Amino acid sequence: MSTIEDFRRETRAWLEANCPPSMRTPMPDGELVWGGRTVEFRTEDQRLWFERMRDKGWFCPDWPAEYGGGGLSAEQNAVLESEMRRLHCRPPQINLGIWMLGPVVLEFGSEEQKRELITPMARGEIRWCQGFSEPNAGSDLASLKTSAVDEGDHFVVNGTKIWTSYGDKSDWMYMLVRTDPNVPKQQGISLLVVDMKSPGIEARPIDLISGKSSFCQVFFDNVKVPKHQLVGPLNGGWTLAKALLQHERRAMSKFGEFSLPNHVDLLSMAGRYLPPADAASTADVALRARVLAMAMDEHAYTITTQRMGEEMRTRQDVSGLMAIMKLVHSEQEKDKLEVLLDVMGHRALGWEDEAFDSSELALTRAWLGSFAQTIAGGSSEVQLNVIAKRVLGLPEGKQGK
Amino acid sequence: MSLVYSEEQRLLADTAAEFLQARSPVAAQRRLRDEGAAPRFDDALWKEMVGMGWSAIPFPEDLGGLAFGCMGLGAVFEALGRNLAATPLLSSIVLGGTLIELAGSGAQQAEWMPLLIAGDKRIALALDEHARHDPAATALRAERRDTGYVLQGEKVFVADGQGADAFVVVARTGGMPGEREGLSLFVVPAHALGLNVSATGMIDSRNHARLRLDGVRVDAGALLGVEGQAWTALDAALDRGRVCLAAELLGMTQNLFDTTVEYLKTRVQFDVPIGSFQALQHRAAWCYAHLQLARSAVMAGLAAMDDPTLDAAGRARLASLAKWKAGDVAHRISREAVQMHGGMGVTDELDVGLFLKRIRVAQALLGDGDFHVQRYGDMTPVEA
Ligand SMILES: Cc1cc2nc3c(=O)[nH]c(=O)nc-3n(C[C@H](O)[C@H](O)[C@H](O)COP(=O)(O)OP(=O)(O)OC[C@H]3O[C@@H](n4cnc5c(N)ncnc54)[C@H](O)[C@@H]3O)c2cc1C
Ligand SMILES: Cc1cc2nc3c(=O)[nH]c(=O)nc-3n(C[C@H](O)[C@H](O)[C@H](O)COP(=O)(O)OP(=O)(O)OC[C@H]3O[C@@H](n4cnc5c(N)ncnc54)[C@H](O)[C@@H]3O)c2cc1C
Repeated sequence: MSTIEDFRRETRAWLEANCPPSMRTPMPDGELVWGGRTVEFRTEDQRLWFERMRDKGWFCPDWPAEYGGGGLSAEQNAVLESEMRRLHCRPPQINLGIWMLGPVVLEFGSEEQKRELITPMARGEIRWCQGFSEPNAGSDLASLKTSAVDEGDHFVVNGTKIWTSYGDKSDWMYMLVRTDPNVPKQQGISLLVVDMKSPGIEARPIDLISGKSSFCQVFFDNVKVPKHQLVGPLNGGWTLAKALLQHERRAMSKFGEFSLPNHVDLLSMAGRYLPPADAASTADVALRARVLAMAMDEHAYTITTQRMGEEMRTRQDVSGLMAIMKLVHSEQEKDKLEVLLDVMGHRALGWEDEAFDSSELALTRAWLGSFAQTIAGGSSEVQLNVIAKRVLGLPEGKQGK
Repeated sequence: MSLVYSEEQRLLADTAAEFLQARSPVAAQRRLRDEGAAPRFDDALWKEMVGMGWSAIPFPEDLGGLAFGCMGLGAVFEALGRNLAATPLLSSIVLGGTLIELAGSGAQQAEWMPLLIAGDKRIALALDEHARHDPAATALRAERRDTGYVLQGEKVFVADGQGADAFVVVARTGGMPGEREGLSLFVVPAHALGLNVSATGMIDSRNHARLRLDGVRVDAGALLGVEGQAWTALDAALDRGRVCLAAELLGMTQNLFDTTVEYLKTRVQFDVPIGSFQALQHRAAWCYAHLQLARSAVMAGLAAMDDPTLDAAGRARLASLAKWKAGDVAHRISREAVQMHGGMGVTDELDVGLFLKRIRVAQALLGDGDFHVQRYGDMTPVEA
């Protein structure tokens, strides 16, 4: 019988043989590979790494093999993740569907949906986007108004979604729609999946302060959606949405673990700008202390992700830990980049100018980008509400209806 | 390196919690404070803890220990913290005992380990000389004289110094204050001629002492380890002490936090429980998040002490992380606990103030936050 240690040895050997060396380096911005109908590779190694991991089923290592997943146990999956971290392997592809929609379809979808949606997702063939937020439904998501009206064999969808990340580049969208306007708001919501090529859909990019335009406002004008594209029960979408948002938060709290392009090593970056101890002024010393304290808090967070993994494997209740991860990680990222801004002075404030090197320009963008992380996926304030009420059991305050 | 207690460690933690809750609750600490008599812990109770094996936990079996590691100790210290229990476990076992274990000769180990583990004698560590902890700054001199040494100087903030049978005195036999080289350890009996021990009354009402060594003569057999080379053993013993103290801080903080959350649920103002006010909810939620980070840091610190694959710097780094984070969070939560209890929070009627005071002392003991931030930095290699 093979033990987990055998699995670790085999996995390590396989990764060493199959992950090209260039895929074990920090990933510069723009080198993320997005799974989808048309996948763009910048290098041959990217393609190799993508295909080899896909054929192993390791885009989704712990999904059932019958739907194209890797069929690994939670314990094996943790081993795979730790071996990938050890070798600094890049994620072979990024796909919002895998992080968020997939687990929900596996739990709530019909057998047919699992085959039709999960298998291509697990092979990185469809790029997904998330159509939840609307101009007047942000933190208070349940007040969403985009409607889906039953027209026999299909729904007709009208309304608008906003902040849809990669709405203009995605193949399909999973979206929340109102299917019954005459009941309490949580009870009239359904989850649909929609082909972005359907007639009547238009996605308009929105520019961000970081200079990126990674999200869109998406308009729906009498869009026909076949009935079999309803996931879960009619008017039962809120339960699925809550499960999905849990997966989103878990994914976001893990961003720090893979070497995503915006990952900045605080100590080495700061080390480039702070003078050696014997030449340090009082201000330098104070800055260095702030950098170190920040690095220590980040270290405590990393250990917390490991502890959560261990507690999960020993079957302890980790719901409290889970509730803090996204909050802590996104707030720490913001704090960390601000400390670096202080250390780097005007070198961190460049914008499209050759006077700055690429890591400096990237840092500026990462800082501007970090503001989005404490809003997206449930703002920090909303996370704090969840901790206060669900974890600490504090009483509900007086609230609007 | 595991970050969760094993089955056996959890069992130990449960036993410790049960015992302390029954025999040494916070009310007992309050009584000790009001009585104010040395040694400021309950000696009979300490003998019972010894009977349960707590004093043998960290030591190897050939020295009469249980080889149960720092993780095992951590479970006990967390329970001590929750109950605010005063014992000489840190001073005489974790610090004193570890120095005998790591630096002592066979003869010194044979003399001291059985006595310490049995609780028949106590050793205290005399290290600090200044307002803030800084081992390398040690200035107290030990001069060679005839076949022995003469010690001259002062020590402060000596934990459980009153009533100790002997002291491990950290002294300078070479080099300059600020240097790690040139430090030596001496076992000085409490009755040594020229040694004066006096009590230092502090906010936590525990046993703290000041030592004056006025030409104290010891023979060569009092030297623990190699002359001038004490740093490695001293630093290792201090790190064990730091992670145990971090575990005690964690226990205190957890108790204070739980008590405060309970108060938020029961105290009614404006016709509702004050815990329904978002201004308080968010602060409480942040406290919870940081408490979780602190727990992780403490578990990693404890585990690091038991991990033979780490080098001294790797252990030091995690010990400093644990002490820093536990102290930082204890500080945050003790402030919030007092504030959220309103007027009651500043009264001596509640236990909140007792925790606040012990937390402040534990924060300063064996290195405060600023000390450990610097030390973490010194132990962290930076790749350019
Ligand atoms: C980079 C990025 C990507 C995103 N991608 C997607 C996507 O792909 N798909 C999608 O559907 N959505 C996406 N979103 C939208 C995101 O989910 C919303 O922005 C978020 O839910 C907040 O809603 P809002 O922007 O309307 O802010 P609001 O809800 O209007 O919040 C404004 C402020 O009020 C605070 N607030 C609100 N309610 C409370 C409360 N009860 N207590 C205390 N404070 C409160 C908030 O914390 C915030 O500070 C994305 C957002 C960002 C920034
Ligand atoms: C040293 C001292 C001297 C005093 N002297 C006098 C005196 O001479 N005469 C006299 O009459 N009184 C006196 N007081 C009482 C003082 O006015 C009250 O303690 C104070 O009003 C707070 O009330 P409380 O203690 O009942 O706390 P609570 O009202 O129970 O408050 C507990 C916590 O809940 C918070 N809280 C309460 N309501 C809200 C809310 N709506 N939103 C957010 N947070 C909230 C508070 O800020 C506090 O942190 C004294 C108090 C002290 C500490």
